Amino acid sequence: MSIHEALLELADDHLVLGHRIGEWCGHAPMLEEDLAMPNMALDLIGSARTLYDHAGKLEGKGQSEDDLAYLRGEREYRNCLLVERPNEDFAHTMLRSLYFAAFMRPFWLKTLETSGDETVRGVAGKAEKEMAYHIRHAGEWVIRLGDGTEESAARMRDAVAALHIYTDELFESSPAAHEAEAAGMLPVRAEMRDAWDEVIGQVFAEAMLEAPDVPYPQTGGRKGLHGEGLGHLLAEMQSLHRAHPGATW
Amino acid sequence: MTTTPLWEVFIRPRNGLSHKHVGSIHAADEVMAVQAARDVYTRRGEGTSIWVVRSADIVASDPDQAGENFEPTADKIYRHPTFYEIPEDVGHM
Amino acid sequence: MYSQGLIGADGRTAETPEFLEAFQRRVDAEEKIEPNDPMPEGYRRTLVRQIGQHAHSEIVGMLPEGNWITRAPSLRRKAALLAKVQDEGGHGLYLYSAAETLGVSREQMTEELHSGKAKYSSIFNYPTLTWADIGIIGWLVDGAAIMNQIPLCRCSFGPYARAMIRVCKEESFHQRQGYEIVMTLAQGTPEQKAMAQDALNRWWWPSIMMFGPHDADSQHSDQSMAWKIKRFTNDELRQKFIDATVPQAEYLDLKIPDPDLKWNEEKGGFDHGTIDWDEFWRVVKGHGPMARDRVKDRKVAWDNGAWVREAALAHAEKRRTRKMAAE
Repeated sequence: MSIHEALLELADDHLVLGHRIGEWCGHAPMLEEDLAMPNMALDLIGSARTLYDHAGKLEGKGQSEDDLAYLRGEREYRNCLLVERPNEDFAHTMLRSLYFAAFMRPFWLKTLETSGDETVRGVAGKAEKEMAYHIRHAGEWVIRLGDGTEESAARMRDAVAALHIYTDELFESSPAAHEAEAAGMLPVRAEMRDAWDEVIGQVFAEAMLEAPDVPYPQTGGRKGLHGEGLGHLLAEMQSLHRAHPGATW
Repeated sequence: MTTTPLWEVFIRPRNGLSHKHVGSIHAADEVMAVQAARDVYTRRGEGTSIWVVRSADIVASDPDQAGENFEPTADKIYRHPTFYEIPEDVGHM
Repeated sequence: MYSQGLIGADGRTAETPEFLEAFQRRVDAEEKIEPNDPMPEGYRRTLVRQIGQHAHSEIVGMLPEGNWITRAPSLRRKAALLAKVQDEGGHGLYLYSAAETLGVSREQMTEELHSGKAKYSSIFNYPTLTWADIGIIGWLVDGAAIMNQIPLCRCSFGPYARAMIRVCKEESFHQRQGYEIVMTLAQGTPEQKAMAQDALNRWWWPSIMMFGPHDADSQHSDQSMAWKIKRFTNDELRQKFIDATVPQAEYLDLKIPDPDLKWNEEKGGFDHGTIDWDEFWRVVKGHGPMARDRVKDRKVAWDNGAWVREAALAHAEKRRTRKMAAE
């Protein structure tokens, strides 16, 4: 186990979610969202790139951002399960972003305050603001859909039922994350719980949604135990890159 | 068919300048209108502040009255500094 | 991205000769026409049609390139492509807004796209089969678009001209992005170079056709030129495009698939081979390989989004009611 893997976990979270949001491009419910969603995807992919690059350097084996993104398989990916969940519909997509951003915002703020790693602090300074906007954008949509029409409210409730079981994993630290926490590079994930609860509580109150009890949370992503969807995502994402080993693009 | 309202978007390029009309967007309400304006019109660092106003709420002058509105000013040249003759020796004024 | 030479515009108009002459004088004096100004019905109709076609082209144009976002071969390319396809959506949005100043709603225009009544640039009815297509589209299709769009920044209709200025400003990275992709492939492995050549072979003629029929066969050109909705003829723009592109292909050591292409010293430009107008009209009339899929994709996106748009409106209504109750 080594500290750079904690950065890989973060990078994978950002890339996989950015990729999922990017799947919407050209197919959004309205043109304005065809502009808004790529903005979110680009924020996430941008952070992923810096994190991969930094992870590769810390590892010291000469792996580039693309080596790390394109040449690891589904058992090697370390993203949490939430971000790989399929888009399903606009309700699922917005809720997934809200859950993720509501975790990352306090995480990056704390990183900014406490991390001893300059590159990671650099990412945090940029991403903290991006996540604040994602919370607002996704949060406003969750409110509108939750308190919109009967159909939208039903879809929003379905999304909560489908995705809430993946949120506990956000607060878990893997052995690699523990190492990064002990080294003062990253904050303790479990400490983000209050901030997350507060944001989700406020949005859900306005959206007329209830957070369900989750007796059996789904986790495993940090050990490379994913859902079936991630393999397909990676097969698609990596196909061209892998078909031409060593090529430059 | 439901119609999402049209909004006009004004952006302040940087502090010290006034907001300038840049285009329009569709949004159901004012909160989403500001977000849409942000996502559409400030992707390349074009602004520091956004105004949106519903297109339907804009009151415009009547083009049929353009003559009576705007032509009477044409001969009021004494409103412009060049109307007055000051000898060059006086210097810039 | 682009609308090709306008297909099927109806510039007929029924105003008095005095009215038309006065309008023409304003246009000739390079005065901009604004939405509330008096204008001939044919001018208005031509603009609604042209701007609508142009907007639809941007929106449908998101699909062939969007086809490769999830497979872009590096993270740098993935981000650039996402940003580019997003830009196309933005351009569509600016253009719909310009058309809306003439009293037609975005919903109406969208319906016309979905019903097949409104046209869009036929270039998007070809499939993007390999990654090289993404480079070639940026290089050739956006290159052709720039040829057409720069003069449109001086179009007589104010909102269209203003939209085009914004489009051109944003578009400047698109062609460079495409050329850089093709260049990387052309200088890469033999397989990559072959991929680039194959894409050039498939996209060259459709790109040349984007400028529309020859001037002699373009019925609506004269009126649009007089009204300064169009500022160069189809053939003039096509010539400019070919003259600019041939040396760029030579630099990459890629062959343009036209055996008749040669420099004509006398005219100071390249002569090109015969364009397959049968194919052009077949694709314009909706028989391009991807025509059905493109319109279907747009329609599915719109229909699947209906509940979202309705929810947003319903919520806005609730907010209004609550606010009024609180006051």
